[in-house]
Amino acid sequence: MKPNQYMNPYLAGILLGLVLLATVYITGRGLGASGAVKSVVATGVKAAAPDHYESAAIYQDYAAEHPGGTMKSWLVFEVLGVLIGAFISGILSDRIGLKLEKGPSVTNKTRILTAVLGGALFGFGSQLGRGCTSGSALSGMSVMSLGGIVTMMAIFGGAYALAWFFRRLWLR
Amino acid sequence: MGPLVPDIISNEFNFIIALIMGIGFGFALEQAGFSSTRKLVGLFYGYDFTVLKVFFTAGATAMIGILLLGHLGLLNLEYIFVNPFFVRSAIVGGLIMGAGFIIGGFCPGTSVCAAAIGKVDAMAFLFGSAIGVFAFMEAFPWLEAFYLADNQGAVLIFESLGMSRNMWALVLTIIAITAFLATSWIQSKVTGEKNEWAKVSRSKLAGYIAIPLAVVLMVMITPSRDEYVMAQLEERAASGECQPSIIDADKLAYELINSYFEYNIIDVRTKAEYDSFHIATAINIPLDNLAELAYRPLFRQRVKTNVFYASDFEDAKRACLLARFHGDDSGLALQETAETFQDLFFFPDEMPEAPTRHQLTVRTFREEAARKMEEIQAAVSAMSQPIQKKVRVVQGGCS
Repeated sequence: MKPNQYMNPYLAGILLGLVLLATVYITGRGLGASGAVKSVVATGVKAAAPDHYESAAIYQDYAAEHPGGTMKSWLVFEVLGVLIGAFISGILSDRIGLKLEKGPSVTNKTRILTAVLGGALFGFGSQLGRGCTSGSALSGMSVMSLGGIVTMMAIFGGAYALAWFFRRLWLR
Repeated sequence: MGPLVPDIISNEFNFIIALIMGIGFGFALEQAGFSSTRKLVGLFYGYDFTVLKVFFTAGATAMIGILLLGHLGLLNLEYIFVNPFFVRSAIVGGLIMGAGFIIGGFCPGTSVCAAAIGKVDAMAFLFGSAIGVFAFMEAFPWLEAFYLADNQGAVLIFESLGMSRNMWALVLTIIAITAFLATSWIQSKVTGEKNEWAKVSRSKLAGYIAIPLAVVLMVMITPSRDEYVMAQLEERAASGECQPSIIDADKLAYELINSYFEYNIIDVRTKAEYDSFHIATAINIPLDNLAELAYRPLFRQRVKTNVFYASDFEDAKRACLLARFHGDDSGLALQETAETFQDLFFFPDEMPEAPTRHQLTVRTFREEAARKMEEIQAAVSAMSQPIQKKVRVVQGGCS
């Protein structure tokens, strides 16, 4: 691997596809990401407001699904792996370092604020849509789930539809 | 054989698997350039289609792989988790995620990747997504009705389109290849660079396109392993080369009351039928499940003789043949149906006015046998059933 150069996208796609295939073969389910954020939120709420955690139905559903503890979830371990895997890849390709990436005509402050806002929308949407780009769209496509494919089209369709309005964030 | 969890790999060890798969996932995403927000949003402005290429290649690779493993009988496609389809929340949730994508420049998985290599904007995105999830959880009482509306269940796309699984795989593969060629053309127009495929020789390009298509076509044309096994069985049975050995009800009852421990009685009817009546010591394996790998050891063992019965003699023979195909050379098929067996021993016909000596002997034997079989059943009812295929609650996937 040459430093700083990205892998051929098709090669990276095949690699990613094989990881997904192995996951489905071993666990019977695909990959995910937003579920781990949910675990973190549930853990935080349990620590900060235990009474609320005990009374709200949705947290109780979560607790029932995770009898081993709020952080003992497949996706939490998987996302820890993602951190490690991405870090290894970053070292190999010499891409580690604190950096703020943004469009050419926005300030750092705008970029941070829009990132938080975008994250909040994505987090909210992923809960409503039962999965994000990884769990719903990518994994759904591989197992031929209609729901996954519809969500995928909605994600990319939504982003395309709004791209023009937010062009100042990314283009000159 | 697959999925390996929870029968072959335990749910505890599954967490280690999660970590390993995560490492692979993170590595592949980062290598692909998904840790760069400008590369990600490039998709929506036409200057960089990396996301589409990686995403579609990964989805198609995994899909074809799953198809192939299922075709070879290595992965049971019935046990794979299929995301349920709640029409409204899937579409609205997706649109909100799309807005998050174009505003925030990441999706959750890619933001984790980017945060791992030190992207501050990705950390902000992750922080935001925790807020978003929190907001959803807190607003859930108001959203619940919408969230649960229009549940279509775990619909498979090829079913809703009225085509076969293999046909959809072919369609998606063709869509993916077309999209790759089209986007590389668009990208070269937008950026003014040379089309990436122009650098590759024509024969190589044809090879790349042919490989996935060839795999899908092979799956379409050749019979799957299950189909192959059944065809072989039918052929052998039809040629008379492989006839099941047959046992009759009285002989079976005699064997049961004298040496029940030498027999595995296997009821291949449905669970409901089995529950309403079954022969003493019988276990229940519905005929449709008999070919599953979990039962192979039962056919290969040489300690006990397997006896198959059904509500139809043909089914009992089929079960016996299937077992023989998988290595059971001493299996027997019960000539009587389960219902006849029950009637013979537990609800016998009225005796004629002047019974013959033979009729009397048989009647005495059957009454005695019925009593003993009940005793045996009571004694062994604590015996465990074959591995119950539980409804799998495997953890993983976005939820």
